[in-house]
Amino acid sequence: MKGGKWLLFSLPLVLFAGMAFFFLNAIGTDPSVLPSTRIDKPFPAFVLPTLEDSTKTVTEKDLRGPLLVNIWATWCPTCIVEHPMLLELSRRGIPMVGVNYKDEPAAARQYLQNHGNPFQWNILDAKGDLGLDLGVYGAPETYLIDAEGKIRHRFAGALTPDVWVKELWPIWQSMGGFQPSDTAPAAGGSS
Amino acid sequence: MIRALMFILMCTVTGIALATIDAYEFNSMEDEQRFRQLVEELRCPKCQNQNISDSNAPLAKDIKDRTFKLINEGKSNREITDYMVERYGDFVTYRPPMRPVTWFLWFGPFVLALLAAAIIFMRKLAQRSPSIIQVTPEQEAKVQELLKQLDQNDNAKQP
Repeated sequence: MKGGKWLLFSLPLVLFAGMAFFFLNAIGTDPSVLPSTRIDKPFPAFVLPTLEDSTKTVTEKDLRGPLLVNIWATWCPTCIVEHPMLLELSRRGIPMVGVNYKDEPAAARQYLQNHGNPFQWNILDAKGDLGLDLGVYGAPETYLIDAEGKIRHRFAGALTPDVWVKELWPIWQSMGGFQPSDTAPAAGGSS
Repeated sequence: MIRALMFILMCTVTGIALATIDAYEFNSMEDEQRFRQLVEELRCPKCQNQNISDSNAPLAKDIKDRTFKLINEGKSNREITDYMVERYGDFVTYRPPMRPVTWFLWFGPFVLALLAAAIIFMRKLAQRSPSIIQVTPEQEAKVQELLKQLDQNDNAKQP
């Protein structure tokens, strides 16, 4: 009986310790950021027109890296925020392809004319089918594609110099991507 | 009795969120039923803590459309859930798959319920057989003396 009582009285403590462990783990992590299920998997199959020429179709085979793929739209305010960063990376020689996601093609073309175009070309995903296959849950999202066409990283949210240096640059390097001599250190100071 | 009534009441008054069924045309009643069930069980990745059925987010609409398409293609519920999990991860379903990491989720409530039942049972048991307190004659005498003192104190206070 005495042992039973001890067990009973220590139960709240044990429960508290367990919950404290779970909550401590959760501190500092953003619950709205979901892990991608596509990491180290091939880019999902698609056949879609390009924003530049709607009569031309492209497929996943046209995405051979090392390459940065960015999901964007004109209706997405965060995309406008990160646009200068994309332009900067593009200027420094990082090859990137855009996915114009659930957008008006005419508005999208106008947007690139007004704000500058960092993309080599853009996939026109007007209905969001490719987005769904990728597991996109909001624009902007940035993917790193390796030479075999596999997805190596997904970043959701506005790309900043800090994110590039800390999170994407090491993966870009490991993929053997084009490495402009000044990208790593200087990108941090470009904003 | 009142508790039993309250329990029954609680069981009947669970909120039933009706799906906003857009203009989807199904091949059969059964398909429509499956669709309603699936959109209730799929969780919106954008507007977290809402299911696909309740959410008005464009992404929820996309997932609804895709679910509809897959049902018409003759896919089973299991196949459709797996299809969404493949794209959005375990997060997308309100019925997480059974894995070591989700064991706490699946069995936790039952373990807690069992624990609670065990505690209640133990307390009942303890109440039913109150342990007889052994008192020595010296203690008995001490008790009587203290009681007497108490009486005297009370009498002294009275005017």
